[in-house]
This record gives sequence, C-alpha cells and structure tokens, in this order.
Amino acid sequence: MPLLRVRDLSVTSGSLTLVNGVNLEVNAGERVGLIGESGSGKSLTALAIAGLLGEGLRASGEVSLDGEDLVAATERRRCEVRGSRIAMVFQEPMSALNPTRRIGDQVGETLRIHQGLSRRSAEKAAVDLLRRVEFADPERYVRMYPHELSGGQRQRVMIASAISCDPEVILADEPTTALDVTVQRRVLDLLDRLVDESGCALLLIAHDLAVVSEVCDRVVTMYGGRVVESGSVAQIIDDPHHPYTKALLATSKALSVAETSLGTSLPSIPGTVPNAGQFPRGCPFRDRCDRRVEACVEVPPTLVRDTRTLACWNPVVDDEPVLEEAP
Amino acid sequence: MGIGMPPLDQPTTTGDNEPYVFEVARGRGWRRWLHNPSALIGSIIVVLVVASALVSLVWTPYSPLAVDPSHALSGPSLRHLLGTDEYGRDVFSRLMASSQVALFVGVLSVLIATAVGIPAGLLAAERRGATGQVVLRLADILYGFPALLAAVVLAAAFGASKSTVVLAIGISYIPVFVRVTRSNALVVLNSEYVLAARAYGRRPLAIMRRHVIPNIMTTIIAQMSLLFSLAVLAETALDFLGLGTAPPAASWGTMLQSSQNYLGNDPLLTVWPSVAIVLCVLGFSLFGDGISELRDVRGHR
Amino acid sequence: MDAAVRLGRALMPLLRRVGTIAVALWGASVLVFVVLNVLPGSPAQVILGTQATPQAVRQLTIQLGLNKPLLRQYLDWVGGLLHGSLGVSYISHLSIGAQIAQALSVTGPLVLFALIIGLVIGLPLGFLGALRNGRVSGSLIGSLSQIGMAVPTVVAGLLLVIILTVKLHVFPTSGFPGWSDPLQALRALVLPAFSLGLVEGAILSRYVRASVLEQLRSDYLRTARSKGLRVGQALRRHGIRNAAIPLVTVVGLELASLIVGAIVVENVFALPGLGLLLLDSVNNRDLITVQDIAMLVASAVLVINLVVDLSYRLLDPRLKGLS
Repeated sequence: MPLLRVRDLSVTSGSLTLVNGVNLEVNAGERVGLIGESGSGKSLTALAIAGLLGEGLRASGEVSLDGEDLVAATERRRCEVRGSRIAMVFQEPMSALNPTRRIGDQVGETLRIHQGLSRRSAEKAAVDLLRRVEFADPERYVRMYPHELSGGQRQRVMIASAISCDPEVILADEPTTALDVTVQRRVLDLLDRLVDESGCALLLIAHDLAVVSEVCDRVVTMYGGRVVESGSVAQIIDDPHHPYTKALLATSKALSVAETSLGTSLPSIPGTVPNAGQFPRGCPFRDRCDRRVEACVEVPPTLVRDTRTLACWNPVVDDEPVLEEAP
Repeated sequence: MGIGMPPLDQPTTTGDNEPYVFEVARGRGWRRWLHNPSALIGSIIVVLVVASALVSLVWTPYSPLAVDPSHALSGPSLRHLLGTDEYGRDVFSRLMASSQVALFVGVLSVLIATAVGIPAGLLAAERRGATGQVVLRLADILYGFPALLAAVVLAAAFGASKSTVVLAIGISYIPVFVRVTRSNALVVLNSEYVLAARAYGRRPLAIMRRHVIPNIMTTIIAQMSLLFSLAVLAETALDFLGLGTAPPAASWGTMLQSSQNYLGNDPLLTVWPSVAIVLCVLGFSLFGDGISELRDVRGHR
Repeated sequence: MDAAVRLGRALMPLLRRVGTIAVALWGASVLVFVVLNVLPGSPAQVILGTQATPQAVRQLTIQLGLNKPLLRQYLDWVGGLLHGSLGVSYISHLSIGAQIAQALSVTGPLVLFALIIGLVIGLPLGFLGALRNGRVSGSLIGSLSQIGMAVPTVVAGLLLVIILTVKLHVFPTSGFPGWSDPLQALRALVLPAFSLGLVEGAILSRYVRASVLEQLRSDYLRTARSKGLRVGQALRRHGIRNAAIPLVTVVGLELASLIVGAIVVENVFALPGLGLLLLDSVNNRDLITVQDIAMLVASAVLVINLVVDLSYRLLDPRLKGLS
C-alpha cells in the first residue's frame, strides 16, 4: 500500500471546480514531482492533501495516509497528523513566517505542539535544527526575526521547521521559486540531502522540470486541474507522451540551451493558462495544443499501463506505440 | 494503439464528459452590483433620500414651517402620517425637507474636501521632496481638528450657520483625502507602466490624467460616499448643538433637539428623525462599501 | 558599531515624529488664534453690551490686553500655554485652567468609561464576526455593527434616555452630582458613556473583524496550521499580536473621536464637562476659553496620533529602528 494515496480528489469553490479528480500515489521514501504551469492546480492539490484549503474551498475524494482517509477525518485528527507526519514547505518564505515572532520560536513550535517540549527545550532543539539546515551560527539566528534574514535563509528556516518532527512525507510547494537564482540550488540540494538522510517521502511541486528531474523518482503533470500524465522521471523526461508535458519540457530544455547560446529564439507554449473556470470543455489543453483532434472536445480517459498514466486523445509517440490494448 | 479504448489496468474516474466551463461571477459591473445585497440596499436608500430631497423642493404634504397650534403634538394619524410637533408642524413634511439639508451639507462638504484634498494629495505624491513634506505637514495640522471641533471654532468666530457647518466638515476631511489620494497615487506612480510612460517622456500632468486619476477614482468615490455619511452624522450633531441650521428651518438635528423636551410624552418625535438619520447614513456607507468591493473584485483579477 | 551611535540611530525616527508633531501643534495654535481673532469688532464691546460707554470699552480693552498688536497677543497666549497658564475668562473672570481642570474631572472619566464599553463590545464581536465569517451568525454580527455605525451619538443618547430613564426609571436623565458621592457620579455617567461606547464599539468591531480576517487568511497562519495547530490555537498564538498592530491605530482614533463625541453627549445629558464648557463659551462669546479648549482638544488628537504611531513601532519588530 502506498504511504500517501490520493483518489479522485477534487477542489471546488462554489460552482467552480479547480482540481478535478486527481489520482496520485506517493510510496514511503519516494520522491514525486508535481509539475505544470501556475494555475494548473498543483498547489491546491498539495493544500487539499494537507487539509489546509482556504475559506470557500472544499475538497472531496480521498486522501489516505497509511490507509487512513484524512478528508473524512475530524479536524482534531488532521491536526495530529499535520506537522508530525505530513509537513509542508511553502513557496513564499517571507509571508509564510510570522513577522512578529523570533526564528527559534517558529522552528521549535512543531516540536512543542506534537512532542510537548517546553519553550526552553524547543529552543534548544531549534538550534540543532538550524545547524542541520546549514546555519553557521544558529545560536544567533534563533533570536532573530524573519525580516532580518535573506530569502534563502528564511526558506531554510521553513525546512528546519518541516523536518523537526521527522515527518513521513514533506509537501514542498515550489520551495525555490521565490528565491534568487543563486540560492535556489543550495536550498534544493539541502532539501534533497535532508530527505535522503531521513528517508521520508517528498511531494515536490515545481514548474521547472530540470529541478524535478534532478530530485525526483516520479513525475506527475497537471493541467487545468487534472492529472494529464505521470510516470517515472526517465519515462516522462526522455519520452513524454502528452503534448503538454512535451511542450513544458521543450521550454525547459530551451532555457538551459539559451544559457549557452544566446540569440536562438525560445520555444514557448502558445497561449496562456486560462483563469479557473475558463478552460475549454473536454481536454483542458486543447485550445493551446498543436495535436488536437476532433475527439478532444471530450475529456480523454486516463489510460494506465505499468507505471505510466496518460490522458490524451492524440499522444506524442515517436517510435513505437507505448500504450496498447491489453493482450 | 489503444487510444480511445477503455483503460487497461484500472479504470479511473476522469472519463466523464462533464462540461468544464462553469458559471463565473463575471459580467458587467452593474450586474455584480445587483447581486451584492448591501450595495443594492445602499443604492435604494440613496435614491430614496435624493428623491425625497428633490420632491420636497416642490411638494411636501404640508409646509414644513406651517404652524398649527390646535393640532400640536398629535400622534400619527391619517391627516398627519407621522404626527405633528410641539407647534403642530407636520413631522413627515419636516423629515422630507430635512433631507435637503443633509444632502446640501453632505455634498458641499465632500466637494470642498475633495477639491482641496485630491490635488494636494496628487502634489504630495508627485513631489516627494520639500513640497510634498509641506503639504503633508499642513494636512497634519488640519488633522488635529475633527469636524465637530472645527465647527465649534468657526461658530465662535463667525456665528453658527449652515455654511460654517459645511466649511468645518469640509476642512476636517481634507487630510483624509490628502492621505488616501497620496498613498493610492504613489502605488500607481511606482508601477512599471508609469515608469515606461516617463521613459518615453510623458509629462507629469499627462501621467496624472492618463494613469493616476483613472486608477484611483474608484477608491476616491468609495471614500467620498463614506465621508458623505460621516458628514450627515456630524451635521446632525452640530444642528443638535445649535451650531448649524437655525431653528425654524427643518433639519434632522434640530428636530432631535426640540424633541428632547418631549421624550416622555411623545417619544415618537425623537424616533422619526433618528430613523431617518440612521437610514441615510447606513445607505451611503453601504453604497460606499459596494463601490469598494467592486474595486476589490477587479483588483483580484 | 558604537553604542551611542546605534542608540542615536534608533532614536532618530522617534525624534523626527516628535518634531513633526511639534510643528503641527504650532500650526494648530496659529490656526486657532487667527480664526478667532480676525473678527472685526471689539470683544470688549460684545462683553459689555451695546449700552456701555466708549470709555468703559476702551478700559476693558486695555485691561484684557486686546490693544496690543496681534502678534504680541499671540505670543502672550502661546507663552502662557507653555507655562501652563491658560489665562482668565473674559466673562466669568475665573481662571480658565481651573475651569478646564474641573471639566476634565467629568470628561476624562466619561471618555475612559466609554472606551472600556467600546472595547468590551467591539473586541469580542469583531472576533466572533471573523470566526463566523460566511455563516449566518457572522452576517448577523456584520449587519448589526453596520447599523450601529450609522447611529449618531445624539440618537443613541436620546433613545437610551427614552428607554432607560423615561420608561424604566433606571438612570438619572441629566446633570452630574459631583465626585463627592462616587457611586452617584458613576451612575450619572452610565448612560452618556453607553451612548458613546455603543457606537464606537460597533465601529471597532468592524475593524477587529477585518483585522482578524486578514490574519486568518495570512500565509503564516497557514504555516502555523501546517504545524498541527487548530485554527483557534493558531489565531491565539500567531494572530492576536499581529492583529493588534492595526488595532492600535483604530483604538487611538476611537479615543480621539470619543473626546470629540463627548462634546455632544455632555450637551445631551447636561454634564459639566469640557464639551459643555466649550459650548457655553461659544454662546457667551468667551473667545479666550474657546481658544484654550480648542487648542487642548486639537493637541490631544495630535498627541494620540503620535502615541499610536510610536506604539506601532514597539509592536512590529520590522519597524524597529527603521525610519
């Protein structure tokens, strides 16, 4: 049984469906990347898993941790799980930290909540945690306020707080997007190493495929609130079948090439991600897709084979048919 | 190829043909307006107040000043819908005539405040050096004089009248408009498109006209509506204190003042103007809130 | 860094703020003086009435110092204020300082009482409104406070009198027995304080609600919840202090508006406070008293502003040592 199993998860806001029937699994110790442009529903999926949707948003479906459905659980039960077994790292380390509380206080808070540590021992633990996230002088930093830290430091503080209770799974929502390019690498490497050391699972949300391909074992592509493709990193990166994944990949590769040879025009996905509720009927990507066929007016079924899933009427297939009927 | 065939290992649930386009709260502004209950109630009240002021200019059931001692302090009846006051004047007619005073004071004082406050705020936003500082310090001084205090000082100097009330309320709201205008204009002035406009040489005045003013207009209008309601509150208080409208003329504040002597015998005399004031103030503040919400919705898109 | 230099840097913004307030106070004094002294006609004539002989008028003018140049009069007035001497009333010949002190012994407790009522009503109502946002009870609280905001203090006062005094005979209508009998004195302040406090409480509750809602929607509250805190706990641990920062402003503004509102309420209930003194002085054309009280109220409003601004810095570590 997978550690985290998401079945048919939908997030609605009034009559608006923002996440639509998402299925996804994370095994113990596995690292799964969730990719897609902003507006694809990645972050909402992560928030729904943690049960932290904002007001006016409602989750339905199933989110099971070790077989226990968290959507159906009481809020009290979910609170026991949050922080101790499922931890989160958010995108904006500035706004995610309380501006009026000291760093040590915020890093040690999870331990105080779940392990009943006293203020004093929590602060001691916070010093050790800050050292684990590579703060050279943690005794000094625990006394500081978030605004006195750089963006990268703040994100490391968030990570320290996330790992404090040795969670089984960390949900990291674009942890490097808001950071300077120069420190993105360091934070990513740190996250990578800590996840490695603790053996916890990771659901990494990113729109940068390079990041995902480096850190993750498996990749899930989302668009228009739906999972359009998933598979191992090798499968998806080397041989994407969904036109959307392929387009994402092309822009990502072009970016890294452009770094060396300036002057080449960058390929990009035509059009923009529509606002929620304004995706076309049928396949949500069909307006922007260069492989659309008549069938695309219907929602494509999700085909499953081995470790791969795909929801497309006219997939990209280079050499041989990859998905075929069962014998 | 298995495309279009049923899923192989496990059927998943995404194959439904549910349309993905859902109703969105879009449409023109006025439609959203009608769907916002408080904005709707606010506009209805505003229309009522304005209508009663306009109608009272040409017609009221009785003259608001007509004295009829034989029917003094008569309660509500078919002849006098809301009864009569201590001089036998028709309360309903006086309420209607009072809405003129409320509108007059509200509109004029807000106009004074905007006529001075908005240009000053724009100036303080554009000239952030010494000029801006001087404007802000001047606004600080006025900030020390809330409407009531300003009215008392003016009444002491020039004698109490409707114009001192208008002037006092108008002056006391100037700093509000300076601040609101300045802070909102600064946001616009620091935006990339204004930077771009500057870069290709647009003059400051043109930038104000083309970019800043259209962008801060909704905020200003919302603020105007809110301050209008506060002006009505202040006007009531000042009339009650005898610092505004002179007695025989009708205003909600003077009606309250004279009703003070009949709290025991005829409490309705106090209730009617109270209801009128609360409704009027509520209407204009709901109206202002509605405009702000309209702006917020647009801002989030 | 040298400790003295660092202290100096930390104090700079504070000194700057104090400086701007000093400038504003000076400006306010000029404004009050000019407005009240540009009038044509002689105050002495007004005081003595139309029957007075020109000689008597001239004598009084000299006696009051009104024959001196305006600048001189202004400097005398401000100099007096700075020395704590407010002058002598033209009309009653009483020391204005003593009269104001006497009046403050009514207005001060009244404003404090009203502020407490406003806080007791506004804080819980605002919190509840935010926590119940989107539910029927939340909308009900919202509508109630919206209506409350539209009630002028006068109306609140008169309606309270009708219900509690005229109909139920619970409280005295008007007047003030003095502090010799504290219980009776407090009893006389109950209705006036409620007239002020109810309305201010309604206004406060809306700000509290907005402030708490903002906290509830903040990223760091979500972070706190992601650590395993329930919404209420997260709000207690992380929201209160941050919500308090904007509320300091609002409470400051409330205090200022209560001081001004007291002018009205004292006249509804015939309480011998600053407001009644001010109105009487206006009606008697006792301009020097009006001048003093106006300056006092304006200073109070401006100083409250300063205190609010400074406490902001104390509560928000981001602003410490920033200009």
